[in-house]
Amino acid sequence: MALLISVLEQGLCYAIMALGMYITYKILDFPDMTVDGGFPFGICLAVVMIRAGVRPILTLPICFAAGCLIGVCTGIIHVVFKVRDLLAGIIMMTGLYSVNLRIAGKANLPMYDYYTIFDNKLMNSLFGMIPGLAGFQSVIILFVITIIVKFILDWYLKTRSGLMLQAVGDNDVLVTSMGVDRGKVRIIGLAIANGLVALSGSIYAQQQRYFDVSMGTGTAVIGLASVIIGTAILKKVSFFKITTSVVIGAVVYKACVAIAIKCGLQSTDLKLITAVLFLVILIITRDKKRKVEA
Amino acid sequence: MLELKSIYKNYNPGTVNEMCLFDDFNLIVPDGQFVAVVGSNGSGKTSMLNIICGSIQADRGEILVNGENITNERDYQRHRTIGRVYQDPSKGTCPSMNILENMSIADNKGKIFGLQAGVNHKRKDYYRDLLKSLGLGLEDKLYTKVGSLSGGQRQAVALLMSTMTPLEFLILDEHTAALDPKTADIIMELTDKIVREKKVTTIMVTHNLRYATEYGDRLLMMHEGSIILDKSGEDKKKMKPEEIMHLFNEISVECGN
Repeated sequence: MALLISVLEQGLCYAIMALGMYITYKILDFPDMTVDGGFPFGICLAVVMIRAGVRPILTLPICFAAGCLIGVCTGIIHVVFKVRDLLAGIIMMTGLYSVNLRIAGKANLPMYDYYTIFDNKLMNSLFGMIPGLAGFQSVIILFVITIIVKFILDWYLKTRSGLMLQAVGDNDVLVTSMGVDRGKVRIIGLAIANGLVALSGSIYAQQQRYFDVSMGTGTAVIGLASVIIGTAILKKVSFFKITTSVVIGAVVYKACVAIAIKCGLQSTDLKLITAVLFLVILIITRDKKRKVEA
Repeated sequence: MLELKSIYKNYNPGTVNEMCLFDDFNLIVPDGQFVAVVGSNGSGKTSMLNIICGSIQADRGEILVNGENITNERDYQRHRTIGRVYQDPSKGTCPSMNILENMSIADNKGKIFGLQAGVNHKRKDYYRDLLKSLGLGLEDKLYTKVGSLSGGQRQAVALLMSTMTPLEFLILDEHTAALDPKTADIIMELTDKIVREKKVTTIMVTHNLRYATEYGDRLLMMHEGSIILDKSGEDKKKMKPEEIMHLFNEISVECGN
């Protein structure tokens, strides 16, 4: 049970990040490595702000906005300066590593004694009223946040701006034909995606209650794996929206990692497990594609 | 009115592959004219369309629309009043979206793409009527993904989409070339109908000499970056595909093939 809860907590934390990766990877067809810097950027920003006395709930919109700015930077590097997508992300990721250290002041910053969105007077008294729910406090709060974000994203993708975003990944000639600057649409997409990533980081920060500069390594891989699991394996279940599939994908991915660790691997092997699992998922989904073609 | 004034275009300048395509190219298309353009490969037909639409920049020269210089406008700015249908049917539509979403995007052309609802369900009947006019049974397939339609159906939708909003120009870039003869005929008739109804100035590039003579008010033949035949009105009506074919052959002989 404890394992299940921990998987759900971790999975849901990463789910919002995966939704961001869904926008870049699936909709824009842009493998965005910025995430590896943007996720810890959200973490350190949230930790520093909470330590400075900012209300935990306020860190979420602030981190989202800050993440959007990062996305805009990646977008400008790619669209205006015509740097290749992968390289634009790597440039941002590398730069953000130092930015994060600057913001945090040091490589490791705890905040165990501060209230968070999961642990504060209101939530504690709310969950204290119903016996037996205390253990699920974080999961339930996380679940609610994820669902809200998911529905906002679903709504956005149905707006005119959202349709344009989908069109630019699908067929950018059409976007130009509609008299819209496709570069601008791409930048908007990257902004929203990285906003979600930093938002996810700020939530993860409050769940983990510390910042470590190495926390971001492999985030993009986790995100991509979640998106691919979500879209490839749950493709046949058509009553799920793709955003729902991605959220489930993130939880499934974390479950796989948890199982691997349970089977005797060390927590220091985490990144290796992350990488190998991602490779396995890529191979499995590719194999399926080939069968369909044949 | 569209004017191309002394357009110069070199490809691969400064290399051994340098090729001069346009050397003082001029063209005037009056309002409401339907121009058919024919010519061999590499004669500059598509380059001309690309220069008009801003997809490529001319080295020198001016492009005027109703007397206004648009030479320095970006491609997406020009497309606000230009409708374009490409040879490749997949270029005019979004394959992963359904017909309704595609039509909605086209319907919103020229408006701000903000946070309003992307699909206006009150317009559904209007879209259905438009699709019905195609006669391809697409009016019952509003929720079908465009990617699963055939090339001809997609091209028909693309043609509708590019002409939904008020236009200055319609640019047709071999838009029937990728279709089977029967579908091509349907699309061509549809094109003619739309052009006549909307009275929109149209430039159509085609390899089909029959379409070039049958449709349109003016016929241009291009060769190596210049116009070698320009017939309009009664002269054009008298032209037969065979004559153009004959002319085509003459050019080829001159070139030594």
